[in-house]
Amino acid sequence: MAEIVSVDEAIAALVADGDTVALEGFTHLIPFAAGHEIIRQGRRDLTLVRMTPDLIYDQMIGMGCARRLIFSWGGNPGVGSLHRFRDAVENGWPVPLEIEEHSHAGMANRYVAGATGLPFAVLRGYVGTDLPAHTDTIRWVTCPFTGEVLAAVAALRPDVTVVHAQRADRRGNVQMWGILGVQKEAVLAAKRSLVTVEEVVDTLERRPGDVILPGFSVTCVAEVPGGAHPSYALGYSLRDNDFYRRWDSISRDRDSFLGWMREAVLESDGRRRTTS
Amino acid sequence: MAVVERRPEPFEADEMMTVAAARQLRDGTVCFVGIGLPSTAANLARITHAPGIVLIYESGIIGARPATLPLSIGDGVLVEGADAVVSVPEVFNYWLQPGRIDVGFLTGAQVDRFGNLNTTVIGGDYRHPLVRLPGAGGAPEIAALCRQVVVLVRQTPRVFVNRVDFVTSVGYGSAAGDRGRLGLSGGGPKVVITDIGSLAPDPDTAELTLVSLHPGSTVEQARAATGWPLQVSPDLRVEEPPSDRELAVLRRLTATIGGVRTHGGE
Repeated sequence: MAEIVSVDEAIAALVADGDTVALEGFTHLIPFAAGHEIIRQGRRDLTLVRMTPDLIYDQMIGMGCARRLIFSWGGNPGVGSLHRFRDAVENGWPVPLEIEEHSHAGMANRYVAGATGLPFAVLRGYVGTDLPAHTDTIRWVTCPFTGEVLAAVAALRPDVTVVHAQRADRRGNVQMWGILGVQKEAVLAAKRSLVTVEEVVDTLERRPGDVILPGFSVTCVAEVPGGAHPSYALGYSLRDNDFYRRWDSISRDRDSFLGWMREAVLESDGRRRTTS
Repeated sequence: MAVVERRPEPFEADEMMTVAAARQLRDGTVCFVGIGLPSTAANLARITHAPGIVLIYESGIIGARPATLPLSIGDGVLVEGADAVVSVPEVFNYWLQPGRIDVGFLTGAQVDRFGNLNTTVIGGDYRHPLVRLPGAGGAPEIAALCRQVVVLVRQTPRVFVNRVDFVTSVGYGSAAGDRGRLGLSGGGPKVVITDIGSLAPDPDTAELTLVSLHPGSTVEQARAATGWPLQVSPDLRVEEPPSDRELAVLRRLTATIGGVRTHGGE
């Protein structure tokens, strides 16, 4: 059964320097509070895995937590660039960032391979593009039945996956609904997992289209209301699109970025979420 | 009764581009939609001439009917009223990969002579680029596997290059017949719509050729904005200007992008 703990205890127990860590959530349910706790606890040399790095990895990269990034689309959706990610790749600030780059289809299948316990996944992908020449985890296999040549992508097996969800019960069964991305696969692919939730309840009331992660498949659950902000939790909050737009100017400049991080993250208590 | 002469509503080049893109979508089309201009154009088509269009967003939304335009591919407004919400592995593996999507709507930072798209890096080398772009997202497989691709991008010499710095998504490779040789099941870019006009692959060479101009644009303007010697189709046509209804719906939609100011976590 998943242990119900606070988010700072969970990060301290589950995430170590040098780990491969996936904070998933496809636009919806991004675990910002947990990412901020990783920043506050000063983790270094992480390999960060995420299909869409989004603002949370822009922040973690800009604060020097990451040595390597495995991803498929690194922009601010509908707004533009992730400036801290670009600064790290283009100028090595604050530390150089290695990248391992895939398409969404490739990343999704890498998580599926991890979740199903297979060493790789196959897909019709990458053909004719320049990606395989730069990404060692894309290879080619021949179908033993038809002879078709297909892309093979190596399984992802994070040391830790962190996701955010709407609810959990006291035994650590997790319930989520809405856009579910690759969260289930990412949790099942990982050695350890943390789910932050909007609330812990006595009984989970089922909803159409919901997904349950049974408590035995999750390591820790932490209650963090608003823990996805400025992303959102369907039924609890709305995506703060204004903040996503504001991030463009906050993050464009190194000093303004550091000032914002100091005020909003380093000097803030993770268990008492600011919602500005 | 006498016909009342009425001056047509003035419009911006971007508006013409979005309207021209929307007109590419027939009613009932199953369309894989990227965020930004493609999403605006696809929803314009849905609200005007194509109410039965099926919009698929890579976040797992099938049959989206957003009341306001989303800022990201995962805004909550996409979930409300959608036919289905599925996981990301499902959207790529069950829906895109087997060829169930008619039209993929894409954009890029560079488009080349053969319709290849770059959204990865510009200048320098891959490990040390001058400009690091967001990357591939869903585009490589959308470009490979949809029956047709419509590219929507503003035309400038920086964007319309002879050869992309990095092939993120394959158009026609480097010659006619390359898609077949690569085994790509989809048909490739049917049309590239810009703020000047539209380009389509030459049936023999697969090279992008100017096939239409927006009202007020010229061939010289198109040539000056293109980084290769742009060929002009003998059947060059002029696109119909936006109708009043198209413009009214487009402007109403654009005003709603991202919805109203929201407070998260409360």
